[in-house]
Amino acid sequence: IKISLVCASQPPPAQYGGRHTVTLIPGDGIGPELANHVRELFRFCCVPVDFEVVNVDSTMASEDDINNAIMAIRRNGVALKGNLETNHNLPPSYKSRNNLLRTTLDLYANVMHCQSLPGVRTRHRNIDIMIIRENTEGEYSSLEHENVPGVVECLKIITRTKSLRIADYAFRTAREKGRTRVTAVHKANIMKLGDGLFLECCKEVASGYPEITFDSMIVDNTTMQLVSRPQQFDVMVMPNLYGNVVSNVCAGLVGGPGLVPGANYGEDYAVFETGTRNTGKSIANTNTANPTAMLLASCLLLDHLKLHAYANMIRRAILSTVTETRLHTADLGGQGSTSEVVQSIMKAVESTGPRTLSL
Amino acid sequence: MAAHSAVLSVSKIINPFWGGRLGNTVKVFGTTLTSHRNKTQRAPPPAKYGGRHTVTLIPGDGIGPELLNHVREVFRFSCVPVDFEVVHVNSALETEEDINNAITAIRRNGVALKGNIETKHTMPPSVKSRNNLLRTSLDLYANVMHCQSLPGVQTRHQNIDIMIIRENTEGEYSSLEHENVPGVVESLKIITRNNSLRIAEYAFRLAREKGRRRVTAVHKANIMKLGDGLFLQCCREVASGYPDITFDSMIVDNTTMQLVSKPQQFDVMVMPNLYGNVVSNVCAGLVGGPGLVPGANYGRDYAVFETATRNTGKSIADKNIANPTAMLLAGCMMLDHLKLHDHASSIRNAIFTTMNENRLHTADIGGQGTTSEVVQSVMRIIQSKGQLTAEF
Repeated sequence: IKISLVCASQPPPAQYGGRHTVTLIPGDGIGPELANHVRELFRFCCVPVDFEVVNVDSTMASEDDINNAIMAIRRNGVALKGNLETNHNLPPSYKSRNNLLRTTLDLYANVMHCQSLPGVRTRHRNIDIMIIRENTEGEYSSLEHENVPGVVECLKIITRTKSLRIADYAFRTAREKGRTRVTAVHKANIMKLGDGLFLECCKEVASGYPEITFDSMIVDNTTMQLVSRPQQFDVMVMPNLYGNVVSNVCAGLVGGPGLVPGANYGEDYAVFETGTRNTGKSIANTNTANPTAMLLASCLLLDHLKLHAYANMIRRAILSTVTETRLHTADLGGQGSTSEVVQSIMKAVESTGPRTLSL
Repeated sequence: MAAHSAVLSVSKIINPFWGGRLGNTVKVFGTTLTSHRNKTQRAPPPAKYGGRHTVTLIPGDGIGPELLNHVREVFRFSCVPVDFEVVHVNSALETEEDINNAITAIRRNGVALKGNIETKHTMPPSVKSRNNLLRTSLDLYANVMHCQSLPGVQTRHQNIDIMIIRENTEGEYSSLEHENVPGVVESLKIITRNNSLRIAEYAFRLAREKGRRRVTAVHKANIMKLGDGLFLQCCREVASGYPDITFDSMIVDNTTMQLVSKPQQFDVMVMPNLYGNVVSNVCAGLVGGPGLVPGANYGRDYAVFETATRNTGKSIADKNIANPTAMLLAGCMMLDHLKLHDHASSIRNAIFTTMNENRLHTADIGGQGTTSEVVQSVMRIIQSKGQLTAEF
């Protein structure tokens, strides 16, 4: 099985008149309102992107909705999504919709860049960690069975091909961004074959990148180091479950789930969402959600489409708003509302000069 | 009870599959469900001649031997009626003789104090982790870690008081892996109804004994629906029998994020093996590091005490800079288990006085003290309290 080493995913071809079409999946909880804010902001900044909205109903047992969404993403190549709720009360045959999307489109790399933002007060400063998490296998294979009543076996799958692929992605990204150190997170002292294989693949790939330091750390030690001295980490690569835990710890360290965007890259597709994939049911429609994560995710989307000027303009506006403590939303300890934050971002964009619609 | 016989037949089916690894689990399964609800306290092992207890001591690797020497020193100095039977385990050997001797010694004595035994990655996968072997053979099903903020140690979060109860024998640590197809490895994570009920029962009983009000189950049941779903269901069943205690559940990723932003919200947490590993390390990091927190592994018949985060500390071995607090507090937990509460309290108070009032800190918590200085200080404080002590 050959792994094709494509350096950067090609953007989808622009549609008529140089405008891109992007699939938009609103999701549940705070997803729809945040997706609306993204659309509002893009329209205001005259970004040449049109959204094809696909609604997925997470309460239905049939997989029609999610299959439509997947087809739309195959057509457009790029998507922006909110989190789809997975109800625990539904039978186990009902798979997680987010997971289905990721595995069907083979979005093998989940990239999350956690950076301390200047305006947000946290217990740790100067954090700059890039987390690359294998997104399709590991503990999330959804393969479970109960051969003997009362005894459940969950399969955790680690394959050589996918481990090599994610390790290669990690080192390539580290090289592109000028990073100097990659840390593999594992539990190979207990899961000798599984995580042992992952570690071996990382070491193989590391030998091809001599300018980048490679080391490994056991997951329990990693989480302990993260809460005492997170500044020591640079780029981290790991299987699916550890990636989940470590990315949530890092998101908590830089200020919470409302601030960090996440991206899922595959060979042909890219899907952008918030880093910690929260549905936010309890704060839905209360105008208190933090739009920063979703808006930064849309900037990552624009970078992927090579619309760098727009991406940087919106990103600068978002960062200047986040520095303004008066406009912090409840999760950052302030009293601002979502719409106030978005209005402020639009004002900041207007003041920097380029053509915008009227406010 | 139909459930009773179903349990026994289940254990007959899976016992040959597991071999002798579960020890006397067949008997345990038959009596677990009833006896656990009746017993509120474990009986200590019978005292030996002259009222002196014998405890197995496994030095382990790295900083284990030096820290356990300090524990022996402090115990001798305080005239604690405990004798240590030292059993060495060589982690470089491939045979399991050493660890089997250690297990036999623990079966004989009932209680043990151990340092961490290193698991080398370079050895073939058939060499199982010695610590894991010990835990599963003796069926030490509950790992209890109590994380408390110490006033004298400066940390980013204050007022943390979390009790973590972690399933210690199954879950992701079953060491069952195979490679049916070259390049594709399957690791089995086993969750059983019996073990989940057992650990949930332990957690709620302990919460009630200590007067705690809230138990949180940590899981990932949205992805591992059958596995963690079963665990969650067992916790809910047990929770219904304890109406005075609030029960809630939280997904592991949200839990870790809440732990780093607002750890004060948690009271007692119960979870399967791997999440327990991660969460206990996060909490240890929050209260000041691996040198401060003791851990205990309880089974139905045995108890083994060690540092909570199970570090070998190879890089700081024999340098006299390791923090002895965790191991000394583990020794105190052992004394509590042996019902030698006076000795336990006096040593514990001495340790806290050293930490909080004298501020004698080792390098890992930002000070410059050495291990021996801390131990000397502890002994001096014990002496000053007026109890019977040996010569200095």
